[in-house]
Amino acid sequence: MAYLTPRKRATGMGSAKSGVAHFWNMKVSSIGLLILVPLFVFTFGPALGSSYEEMVAYYQHPFPAIIAILTLGVGFMHFKNGFQVLIEDYVHGAAGQYSIIAMNCLCYAAAATGIFSIIRIAL
Amino acid sequence: MADVNRGNRPLSPHLTIYRLPITAITSILTRITGNALLVAALMTVWWFLAAASGPEYYDFANAVITSWFGDLVMALSVLGLWYHTLAGVRHLIWDQVIALDIKTAESLSWLVIIGSVALTVLTWIIMLIA
Repeated sequence: MAYLTPRKRATGMGSAKSGVAHFWNMKVSSIGLLILVPLFVFTFGPALGSSYEEMVAYYQHPFPAIIAILTLGVGFMHFKNGFQVLIEDYVHGAAGQYSIIAMNCLCYAAAATGIFSIIRIAL
Repeated sequence: MADVNRGNRPLSPHLTIYRLPITAITSILTRITGNALLVAALMTVWWFLAAASGPEYYDFANAVITSWFGDLVMALSVLGLWYHTLAGVRHLIWDQVIALDIKTAESLSWLVIIGSVALTVLTWIIMLIA
């Protein structure tokens, strides 16, 4: 450590030991969802409650299927990062870390399950 | 320290006695709606998974999601989704260091509340027609 200058140690670290990656991630995914969410609401909404044959036929069209895949993928990643901030603000110590890890597992699992299901219906 | 008056001093603004300004209410609602959307998101994934599993399981999941309970969750989630979306747009505006003065921030708070209710009503009208 003695050979490391204070400048070198501080470069790229910021006051929180990391940069604005999390903030930037939320911002980019929020803009993505701003486009996807209205498209998803008005494609998914009418399909909800339809019969099995109607539903499968509807999601074999590329547009509603691609919108649903993107919304679940981007949405769950946005949720994962947002939930992390909630926990960091209110839950401290080991309990907070376990909550964030558990929610990471749930979000990736839910996104993968949803995307797999839509692809299986569509193909 | 014996003559310090401990009973008649001004209180600091504590959450239990402080009337929250509209900007504070809309701020915490952004967080609440965002995190509450997990319920509807998981129900949606379950609905897709059921459809991928076959007609029998789809009919079960579809019946649950369109029951009075499912309708209630979805109706509240549409409101939460539009609210979170509009509140997110407000954050994107604030990130550009504009509309940060108190008067504009309060107007935007009401715009988010009224806008999300209006979009929810509009969504349900479109769904009922479609």
